[in-house]
Amino acid sequence: MNYETILTTCTYCGCGCGLLLEVLDGEVVGTLPQKDHPVNEGGLCIKGWSAHEFIYDEGRLKKPLLRKDGSFIEFSWEEALDEVAARLKKIKEQDGPDSIAGLTSARCTNEENYLFQKWMRAVVGTNNVDHCARL
Amino acid sequence: MDKTRQKMKRMLEEKTVSAILGLRLNDGHPVPYLFIKPEDLKDWVPDETNRYPLTKLLIKIAKKHPEEVIGVVVRGCEERSLVELFKNFQLRKEKVKVIGIACSQELANRCRCDRPFPSQVEESEIAKPVEDFSDIGEIEKLPEEERFQYWMRQFGKCIKCYGCRNICPACFCPTCTLDDPNLIKPGEMPPEIPIFHLHKAYHMADRCIDCGLCEEACPMGIPVRRLYRKVRKSVKDLFGYIPGEKEEEKGPLEFLGEGTYELLGAGK
Repeated sequence: MNYETILTTCTYCGCGCGLLLEVLDGEVVGTLPQKDHPVNEGGLCIKGWSAHEFIYDEGRLKKPLLRKDGSFIEFSWEEALDEVAARLKKIKEQDGPDSIAGLTSARCTNEENYLFQKWMRAVVGTNNVDHCARL
Repeated sequence: MDKTRQKMKRMLEEKTVSAILGLRLNDGHPVPYLFIKPEDLKDWVPDETNRYPLTKLLIKIAKKHPEEVIGVVVRGCEERSLVELFKNFQLRKEKVKVIGIACSQELANRCRCDRPFPSQVEESEIAKPVEDFSDIGEIEKLPEEERFQYWMRQFGKCIKCYGCRNICPACFCPTCTLDDPNLIKPGEMPPEIPIFHLHKAYHMADRCIDCGLCEEACPMGIPVRRLYRKVRKSVKDLFGYIPGEKEEEKGPLEFLGEGTYELLGAGK
């Protein structure tokens, strides 16, 4: 028998509310608002309260999928990155960098988001960058 | 709180309990934790500014480990919630050992708490009960229309986070009225007012133990506790019933009888 609560930050939007993940025998079983967090002061929105639910969701993607003939097949990260790089390169050559846009995610860290916009601007060559948490 | 810590240590060492649920200081933040090793109790804190619904969290643990006897650190309000949870078969009394801590006068005043201590405490000082219903009195002085407008303004702020329900240590039904699409239309913001809030107030009328966690959890600052205090007071005035007081007394609004909640809990 083992139960603890782990302090962490909500990944759903840019507010960065503090929350606690309840871990019972190694399994995440619930979310609580962090009472002494300076941002949310013990409150959460419905997404924050449900922050643990995606972890064991059957629909959660864990491996890259490639659509072939209308259905998805699993393939490796290496192949996935090669495929994406080749196709982006082709689009950039044919239609120019501004035909590409990037949408990044609140699920990533600040640093990853910084890297992403830098990559879009410096490597792809466009300012078309946005973020899912533009509220 | 050294006496309390000593008592908890003894309970773990003598194995009168398998574990104790309380607050642990984690990087300076008091968070719920299940103490199993006696030496871990050095990090236990009786923090009173960061209250978590420990008795409600205990239900999850007890459901998975129904045979274990678990200790839980409770304040007056939390002990009242235990009474409701025993009464409603969410926890088994013989599997729960209570470690009582009293609230400071400061907390009692802030909470307007009429019983800021549990039935047993290790430390000697306890705060004086606070009988103060001026929060309700203020609203009741207003003419009906203004009063209604006040509540509609407050309820209109609701972002339907369900925080007041989720944090409530006397709220446990596996199926919830507030999730029922026939009663509360999904996808609307704010949820239909005042029905959404009145549903909850009615359901909690003979179960609300007046801990105030709901209001603390509301990100929109809706004074929900004020509403539940009023309802609690009405139940007391009408039926002479106080939720969380006596284990053998059934709530006057539980007219549907036993089994209504289809409990699958650690109880029964």
